[in-house]
Amino acid sequence: MKESEIVKNPSQNECGCTQMQNSSCCSGEDNNIKSLKWIIGNVNTPLGPVKKISGDWSRKDSLEQIKSRISSFRMNYTVDPGLYAIGDPDENSDIFVSSNYKLSFDILRKELHGLNAWIIVLDTKGINVWCAAGKGTFGTKELISKIKQSRIANIVRHKKIIVPQLGAPGIDSPQVKRITGFRILFGPVRASDIKEYIHNGYKATEVMRTVKFTMWDRFILTPMELIPVFKKLPLFALIIFILFGLTPAGIIFKSALLKGSPYLIALLAAALAGAFLTPVLLPYIPFRSFSIKGWIMGIVTIGAIKFSTPLFNFNSPLLTIALFVFFPLLSSYIALQFTGASTYTNISGVKREIKIGLPFYISGTIASLVIIIFYKLFQWSIL
Amino acid sequence: MKYLKNRSTLKLFSKKCTGCSTCTEVCPHRVIVMRDKKAFIQDINACMECGACEINCAVDAIFVDAGVGCASAIITGMLNNTEPICGCSDNSLNGGCC
Repeated sequence: MKESEIVKNPSQNECGCTQMQNSSCCSGEDNNIKSLKWIIGNVNTPLGPVKKISGDWSRKDSLEQIKSRISSFRMNYTVDPGLYAIGDPDENSDIFVSSNYKLSFDILRKELHGLNAWIIVLDTKGINVWCAAGKGTFGTKELISKIKQSRIANIVRHKKIIVPQLGAPGIDSPQVKRITGFRILFGPVRASDIKEYIHNGYKATEVMRTVKFTMWDRFILTPMELIPVFKKLPLFALIIFILFGLTPAGIIFKSALLKGSPYLIALLAAALAGAFLTPVLLPYIPFRSFSIKGWIMGIVTIGAIKFSTPLFNFNSPLLTIALFVFFPLLSSYIALQFTGASTYTNISGVKREIKIGLPFYISGTIASLVIIIFYKLFQWSIL
Repeated sequence: MKYLKNRSTLKLFSKKCTGCSTCTEVCPHRVIVMRDKKAFIQDINACMECGACEINCAVDAIFVDAGVGCASAIITGMLNNTEPICGCSDNSLNGGCC
C-alpha cells in the first residue's frame, strides 16, 4: 500500500497548523538544547542509548505549564519527537505514545513516575493529542513512521503499544497492526488513570473512557478565551468613542468620554459574559446552543449593570435599545467560540449554529449602528 | 452536557458489524454500546463527530462526517472559502525558522 493511502481518514478538515509545521522543522537545533532538566541520562539498549527522562516536574516545568495555559507561549512549547525511556525499561516494558506538546508530554511523564516504560513522542507540531488527532497530525502515518524510525520492535519483545484514547480519531489501529505488527491498546482518557488501567489488566473502565468537562476544566480554559477577545476590544472601544464623540463640530473628546463610557462598560461586561461566565456556568444556563447560552448571559449581565448604576439612565430610549440589541449578541458570538474548546460539540451542530446565528449577528450590529445614528441625528436636531 | 439534538451524521451498519467492540472503547462519550454482540448507537445526541469509531472500525461498518466542532475554525474557513481551519497557529511566533 502506498504511503498516501495509509491515513484512512484523519479528518475532513484542513486544520493545517501550517505555521507550526515550519516552526518545528528545525526542532532539536533551536529551543531544546538549553537546560533540559527532565532528561536525566541514557538507557542502554541493543540499538544504542535512549534518552532517559524524569517523572518529576521542576519549578520551570510548573511555571511553563501556567504560561502555556494563559498565553501564546503554548504555540512553541515542544519536545523533540522520538523515543524516550522512563525508569529502567527493558524488553518487556510497556510502550506509551504521546504528542510533542510539552505540556501533554509532561503530564504523561509525571503520571508514569515510578514505572519502567518506553515513550514514543509523535511530531504533532506542538499540538496536544486530542486536537492533533482531529487534524490528523497525531495520525496513523506519523505513528507508523515513528514505530519504524525508533526501531522499537528490536528493543521490546512484545507487540503492543498503548495510545491515549483521545488519539483514536487520528489512529487507524487495524492499519497500524497490518503494517507494523503492533497491536494498539487504547488507554484511558486521562493520564492520571494509567496506573489503575495497568493494574486492571490493561482494561479501561467506562469512567476512564469517558470525557468529562468539569467546572474546573472549563475555568482553566477561560484565559485563552479572554485573551483573543481582549485583543479586539480596543477596536470596539475606538468605534464607541468615535460614535459618541462625534458632534456637528467634529469629534469632541469630552463628549466621547462622558457619553461613551456606559457603552465601554457594557463592552467589557459583554466580553466577560461571553468568554468567562458562559464557559464556567455552561451546563447551568438553559438551552443547548452555545450562542443562545451566550445571549442569555449577555442579557442578564447587561441587565444587571443597566439597573445597578445610574450611569445607564440614558436621556433617550434609543440608547437603551441599542444597548440591549448589540451587547448580548456580542456575548453570544464570543460564547459560540467556546465550542472549539468544549469537549462535546460536533461540527454539524456548530455549522447549524453559525448558519442561524450569523444573520442575527450581522443584522443586530447594523440595526444598533442605525439606532445610534438616529440618536445622534435627534441630538443634533436634524430630525 | 449534551449538544444540539439530532445533528450528528453518525451511522452504523449493523449487518457489517463483527462485534469487535473497538468503537465502544474509542468513543469519548459512550455513544455506542454492545447489544446482542453487535455495536448499537444508544445515544446519538452525545456524538461529537470526532470520527474515532469510524477510523478504527476494521470492517467499515461506521460512517460519520467527522470534523472538529469549533466555531472559529468554521468561520475562518468560510471567510477563506475553504474547509474549517483551526486557529492553532500564531503568525507572530513564526519568525525565522531554518
